[in-house]
Amino acid sequence: MPVTVRTFASSGEAAAALSSDRGARYLGGGTLVMRALNEGDISISTIVRASDHALTRIEAAGPRVTIGAGVTFARILAERDLSFLHAPARSIGGPAVRNMGTVGGNLFAPNPYGDFTVALLALDAVVSVRGGLGSRDVPIEEFLQSRERQTGTLVLSISCQKPGSAEAFRFRKIARIKPKGGSVITLAAHLPMSGGRIVGARVALGSMAPTQIRARAAERALEGRSLDAPTIGAAAAAAVEGTSPGDNALASAWYRREIVGVHLRRLLSGQE
Amino acid sequence: MAKTALQFRHNGRDVAIFVDGGTNLLVALRELIGDMTPKFGCGQGGCGACSVLIDGELHLSCLTLAETVAGRSVETLDGIKDGPNLHPLQRAFAENFAAQCGYCTPGMLMAAKALLDRNPSPSRTEVVEAISGNICRCTGYEPIINAVLAASGGRARA
Repeated sequence: MPVTVRTFASSGEAAAALSSDRGARYLGGGTLVMRALNEGDISISTIVRASDHALTRIEAAGPRVTIGAGVTFARILAERDLSFLHAPARSIGGPAVRNMGTVGGNLFAPNPYGDFTVALLALDAVVSVRGGLGSRDVPIEEFLQSRERQTGTLVLSISCQKPGSAEAFRFRKIARIKPKGGSVITLAAHLPMSGGRIVGARVALGSMAPTQIRARAAERALEGRSLDAPTIGAAAAAAVEGTSPGDNALASAWYRREIVGVHLRRLLSGQE
Repeated sequence: MAKTALQFRHNGRDVAIFVDGGTNLLVALRELIGDMTPKFGCGQGGCGACSVLIDGELHLSCLTLAETVAGRSVETLDGIKDGPNLHPLQRAFAENFAAQCGYCTPGMLMAAKALLDRNPSPSRTEVVEAISGNICRCTGYEPIINAVLAASGGRARA
């Protein structure tokens, strides 16, 4: 069924069009919306686009990085200042999908996708959105919890602090097909160190619940401790707490629960 | 619903068509322009059979809104041969038995061309990565990887 395509010069106009039309979807790279159209999703009656350059801007020179929602994973990989995000960007799709898929779109990607968002959740990112009532910044965890209600808002950008060191941020995607494949589970950990102890531990999981979630029990096991074997063991044992994975063709919920601690242990131990 | 006029370069030639809103580039190429080289595989971005180059960059035409290529250059497999002469990648695919049923071949060739255009002497790992978005159910991939390496002059690094 043909849909109406509306292209705007500014993100403000696009946000207004999105918020005023329940059947409107924002088209970023196309990997979600065009797929839905190809599958005959009749809930989409209007496609909204914006040619606003602000949506594809990267500010990465300072300690805090801001990435426009329309930035592709290929551009993340080309940006030296975003090297901490290269592993999550590389874990997504093949080269064509990385040339098309965007950081903003990934926030809406359902399981077994959305791996980049797992990294952003561990980094305590902030999502800038624009809706009918203007712009606001939303913590990514809050954004994900209300994701189903966010289709009428336009994501403008995502920002986060750079990790203090390469060691402080770790990412791992478990897939059956390498180098490309949907996620069995995805893990990211941000472990800022102060005086040899972890301060502000963040562990995020993908494919372990309907949306990406934080493993709060594992975070509590890491907080204030040094990253030694007993601490890693305690975090690994706690990883499954609070999760609610589902079954799909890649893995069963049981299997995901069984392996999440194993892979968190490997991630924290620096094992391949 | 009104159709939208769309102009772009298709394999070096200017084309103008009218598309319905929401039409993807694959449908535009196959049904409106008559270029049958990009294939419909999954319609989900999972198989790579519809791969084309847009301004030299590898894209999936089934997930590309046709209107977004206005004024841009789209290259498909149909445009890579030079008259009766096959492109070196096509010759290497034939000589290395890199095609069986052939359905994935156009996408594989475009993914390989995207790689060789920016990296004429890739390693085996780089070739594997370059075709990682393209599914082949016949060959087991080895002949395809060998063909891309052969087309690059066989100067494979580990």
